[in-house]
Amino acid sequence: MTAANRFPGKLNLRTGKVDMSHGSGGRASAQLIEQLFVKHLDNPLLAQGNDGTVFPSPGEQLVMSTDSHVISPLFFPGGNIGSLAVHGTVNDLAMSGARPLYLSAGFILEEGFPLADLNTIVASMAQAATAAGVQIITGDTKVVEKGKGDGVFINTAGVGVVDSRRQISGERAQAGDVVIVSGSMGDHGVAIMSSRENLEFETTIESDSAALNGLIADMLATEADIHCLRDPTRGGLATTLNELAQQSGVGIKLKEQAIPIKPAVHAACELLGLDPLYVANEGKLICICPAKQAQQLLAVMRQHPLGSDAAIIGEVIEDPHHFVQMETAFGGNRIVDWLAGEQLPRIC
Amino acid sequence: MKFIDEYRQQDVAKHIAKKIAAAVNPERSYHIMEFCGGHTHAIFRYGVQDLMPANVQYIHGPGCPVCVLPMGRIDMAIQLMKTEDVILCTYADMMRVPASGQESLLKLKAAGGDVRMVYSTQDALNIARNNPQRQVVFFAIGFETTTPPTAVAIKQAQAQNIENFSVFCNHVLTPAAMTGLLESPEVAQGDQVQIDGFLGPSHVSSIIGSKPYEFVPQTYGKPVVIAGFEPLDVMQATLMVINQINQNRAEVENEYSRVVTPEGNRKACALVDEVMTLRDSFEWRGLGFIANSALKIRPEFSQFDAEQRFACLRDSAYVIASDHKACECPSILRGVKKPTDCSLFGKACTPENPMGSCMVSSEGACAAYWSYGRFRDTHSTEVNCA
Repeated sequence: MTAANRFPGKLNLRTGKVDMSHGSGGRASAQLIEQLFVKHLDNPLLAQGNDGTVFPSPGEQLVMSTDSHVISPLFFPGGNIGSLAVHGTVNDLAMSGARPLYLSAGFILEEGFPLADLNTIVASMAQAATAAGVQIITGDTKVVEKGKGDGVFINTAGVGVVDSRRQISGERAQAGDVVIVSGSMGDHGVAIMSSRENLEFETTIESDSAALNGLIADMLATEADIHCLRDPTRGGLATTLNELAQQSGVGIKLKEQAIPIKPAVHAACELLGLDPLYVANEGKLICICPAKQAQQLLAVMRQHPLGSDAAIIGEVIEDPHHFVQMETAFGGNRIVDWLAGEQLPRIC
Repeated sequence: MKFIDEYRQQDVAKHIAKKIAAAVNPERSYHIMEFCGGHTHAIFRYGVQDLMPANVQYIHGPGCPVCVLPMGRIDMAIQLMKTEDVILCTYADMMRVPASGQESLLKLKAAGGDVRMVYSTQDALNIARNNPQRQVVFFAIGFETTTPPTAVAIKQAQAQNIENFSVFCNHVLTPAAMTGLLESPEVAQGDQVQIDGFLGPSHVSSIIGSKPYEFVPQTYGKPVVIAGFEPLDVMQATLMVINQINQNRAEVENEYSRVVTPEGNRKACALVDEVMTLRDSFEWRGLGFIANSALKIRPEFSQFDAEQRFACLRDSAYVIASDHKACECPSILRGVKKPTDCSLFGKACTPENPMGSCMVSSEGACAAYWSYGRFRDTHSTEVNCA
């Protein structure tokens, strides 16, 4: 039977909306899968069409990660929830030094969500997956009643392989190591905020959402002994460095002047009363490595398009309190603390 | 960033630091109260204290709008949410301030209350326009800086007949707070807290001007230097206060002359005066009830006064709420104690789980001290960070 006569008519991707039947598991669900999801994401593994996908074992150590995406707004300068959902899990895998291979995608759709938007989102996912060299090999769709979701939530889980000789872990930072970031901080968060309701402001800043596995592959090829890799997503640079300091039982000392921040991000944060060190990134990484290998790594990173603004921003020190401290551009010192709650704007 | 970076330059900071080091008399100490939370935030965020001689100490003042609002007023807002079907709009920091019974607006929101965080009174008006069938109450707080936008919103609501909008007015007045502080027994008798001079309000003064502080040198003999919120403003103003002290002068001087004039913004003041009038008395956290220290909405605009619309917000319904008994916010707001003097600080009370208002706002002394400055009390500074 061909697709044309299996379903009554074609899915209306122009004005159609998600309804409860799309999540019922019946014919409407099958039509949505075939005419929207498979249309974009098609590959031989996904085409197995079973409850579970069988894939060949790569014969190396496996790494698995999962990430749920509940972003608002769904579309933002530089990406949308679809590309973000791919980048998020690809990056989580890559941060352990793994080569990401396969992803799953779980969609929770809100009744009434425009199919045209869903189509754009899934197309972005396909594009992001191809660019990152991964395949989406299994998926799931559920529909919740109107008012019980926020348009669309996407969970992605991923599997990758890692060389068993690699030991990249958040507990390996040690005194004498240096801290490198791959580029400017805060771009994603500012791009999101610029398009949020009640907060709309004009900015040229786009989200930095990107898959970092290519950059990391280049870094790993140097054979440098990378101790830690982490992407400073929610909570930004400050929160991620505090996690690493805590996990490794060390302190970190930053130099504010060395931290790359775009003037437009700085200005937007100034306007909103936010600190760019706490603003989310989706295409940046923090690398902690021995000082003597830093310059070599930095040179390799700067040759990659996603690492062209890479910079050494500080060093790991002994500190029983595991503080992240910073020499301010002004000439004083301060703590760079964990993010407390959500970063809320100041009043005056 | 133009007009910002100029006031954060390290080389200029070092230059002023040298001048301060040369100006101070090593035989004495200088206790300077920075009035506003904005100053406190700048001092900690940029590490200004590191550039000061050891005998120059900042005392953190009560000028943090979130910190001085007494718990009783937040209890009223929570009571309103529990008894009426309203949308409550408020500035962000207010969401986390602890109310009685460990409640907060954030917890109320999690439990299903319709509390909206807004950036401006215009956002609140828009919410009212978009929800004509619901009552929208703006929980207005803050010093003179945030008062004019509230007055504008009330006038707009009247002009555009936005009947479902009202304001729960909690605006307070800075000069009255300075009086309250200077009259508090610990400061007046000088035995518990010594204040040699003030860094005067920044944004507030852009509205009311520098004249309203004249009474501080005249009546209390203390110098006031109006200071901007950038770190170089704080340093330059500190130098000006030190010079006044050394020269036995007590005057109102204006470091923040790029924004503040002696008269202030007359248009804004006239607008506030048209819409609001003095309250007989208002409770301040840490300073108690102070006469003529806050504003209420004039009868001509009572249609938009939430206190007129909802009985639970009226003065007659006000109940004084006591802070957590170990919380030192009241003493910290008077400069009598430091955050580290509080037994809850950093233990039961952190920004994640604030017990008192000073730990909520980034302008609060406890939050600033905890978030930026607590390494000073540890041995970690002895580590060679070179």
